[in-house]
Amino acid sequence: MIFRQYMKRAWPLYVMIVPGIVFVLLFRYYPMYGVVIAFQDFSPAKGFARSPWIGWENFEFLFSLPEFGRILSNTVIISISKIVADQVGAIILALLLNEARRILFRRTIQTLIYLPYFLSWIVLGGILLDILSAGGILNQAIRALGVEPQLWLGSNSWFRGTVITSGFWKNVGFSTIIYLAALTAINPVLHEAAAIDGAGRFRRIWHITLPGIRPTIVLLAALSLGDVLQAGFEQILTLYSPAVYRTGDIIDTYVYRVGLISAQYSLAGAVGLFKSFIGFILIALSYWLADRFAGYQIL
Amino acid sequence: MIRDTTFFSRLFDGFNYVFLTLFALLCLAPLAHIFAVSLSGRAPATGGFVSFWPVDFTLENYEQVMGSRNFVRSFLISVIRVLTGTSLNMLLIILTAYPLSKTPRVFRGRTIFIWFFVFAMLFDGGLIPLFLVVKSLGLLNTLGALILPNALPIFSVILMMNFFRGVPKELEESALIDGASHWRVLWHIYIPLSLPAIATLTLLSAVNHWNAWFDALIYMTDTANYPMQTFLRTVIVTLDLTQVGINPQDLQRLSDRAIRGAQIVVATVPILVVYPFLQRYFIAGIRLGALKE
Repeated sequence: MIFRQYMKRAWPLYVMIVPGIVFVLLFRYYPMYGVVIAFQDFSPAKGFARSPWIGWENFEFLFSLPEFGRILSNTVIISISKIVADQVGAIILALLLNEARRILFRRTIQTLIYLPYFLSWIVLGGILLDILSAGGILNQAIRALGVEPQLWLGSNSWFRGTVITSGFWKNVGFSTIIYLAALTAINPVLHEAAAIDGAGRFRRIWHITLPGIRPTIVLLAALSLGDVLQAGFEQILTLYSPAVYRTGDIIDTYVYRVGLISAQYSLAGAVGLFKSFIGFILIALSYWLADRFAGYQIL
Repeated sequence: MIRDTTFFSRLFDGFNYVFLTLFALLCLAPLAHIFAVSLSGRAPATGGFVSFWPVDFTLENYEQVMGSRNFVRSFLISVIRVLTGTSLNMLLIILTAYPLSKTPRVFRGRTIFIWFFVFAMLFDGGLIPLFLVVKSLGLLNTLGALILPNALPIFSVILMMNFFRGVPKELEESALIDGASHWRVLWHIYIPLSLPAIATLTLLSAVNHWNAWFDALIYMTDTANYPMQTFLRTVIVTLDLTQVGINPQDLQRLSDRAIRGAQIVVATVPILVVYPFLQRYFIAGIRLGALKE
């Protein structure tokens, strides 16, 4: 009786949530079940249910491949370099923008550096392939300065640097805005009081502004832990070529090539599961750290 | 407002303005260069004589692009994708976020439902199993492959839910006492009061659909079904002349440097059009949702 009374009012809530549940079951949970292919000798004709089980064989094969160490270290090196460059760059830019007093100037700069964030890696990649090509404008410019032109995308000595720099170009504006939002939340009274006490501009930046954004720095550092296996799949797939596999091939691009180009589903599934598993631990850990040290809760 | 007038402080201000201006120009320079190339004659563009100002100014490259049936078709596919995909996203985000924004007393089982969604967000089945699922559902080469797998972006649901929780409870309670159903409460109270958040998420969803290209690359075996960004990948990134479905002469023509520039610009224009709105809402959105205090 009480239940019926409750349902009389609450039933629309359950109807509303059904479509979302259906989509998540179909496109998030069903593929999770699909990770069983990592333990099978999977063939599409037999499907998940009837492909033969082979235990850990795919993983043993995977860990014995010379490519495995390479894609793992490339992924981690590129993603950590990107995180550090992005965060340090964004903090510096936010501090400098915060010191620029003219509002119109500040807004204009913000608008300009934030634009690439909303462009796809196809558009940005198309631009980069053009300006970084052998006869592109960058090589023309450095030749005018008397420096040898370089293969920015085609040589193993430059590829990672190019990926990190172009990632910085796309993403730094976004992180800068987050820090700026935190900076504007600092109470100006603190600055005024410090100024009356004789603290100069740089001491105020050091003792008031920086501590003011420390929670944000800690929070973003904690959350970025969840991205350590995300080196930028769409970016690298757009920019790389076989010539730079040694320094630029990452887990995701490897999965794509092995799984979807060569149709070795089980091997690619094993690599994918390895990544999902470690990735899940990292994300869970990053949320825990963000909660513990910055009081951040997603729910 | 404090004014610092010491010599070092002023010197710092000077350097600061110059540095930030140069940095912003540097971020913009690649785009400006491509824009100049796209407005230049083909010979100076291919010869590398264009820097930041068009040489032999012409609109012919744009005429070529807009005259290409393949390009226009992919553009239309992208438009359809944005319209249907964004509508579906918003419908599902709002419908899912509303019950989840209730307390467990009002919506029994909320805790279980929320963990159902959060776990789905955190654990990724991976590319290959998802591909096999989409394939087994018979979605290859259909619009469904582009809009259904990510029809419910869970992180957006959480943002929407957090926003809904900020709506004053008194309004809802009095409406419910007056006999209004949850449908009416959602439609007449929550949605009108959440327009800034809905606008932000709508723009984001539209930009994501416009920019997406990888899903079409794997789910579309027929290149005639490519949306624009995926089509552009063939033309400006991989320069793959062996691709079936695109007539070789057409592809050769489209992969000319100045025309590639024009295509990049055409792909960017819709983003530039919504950019002022994106900026306005998005900064507010960062404050209220993604990084709530």
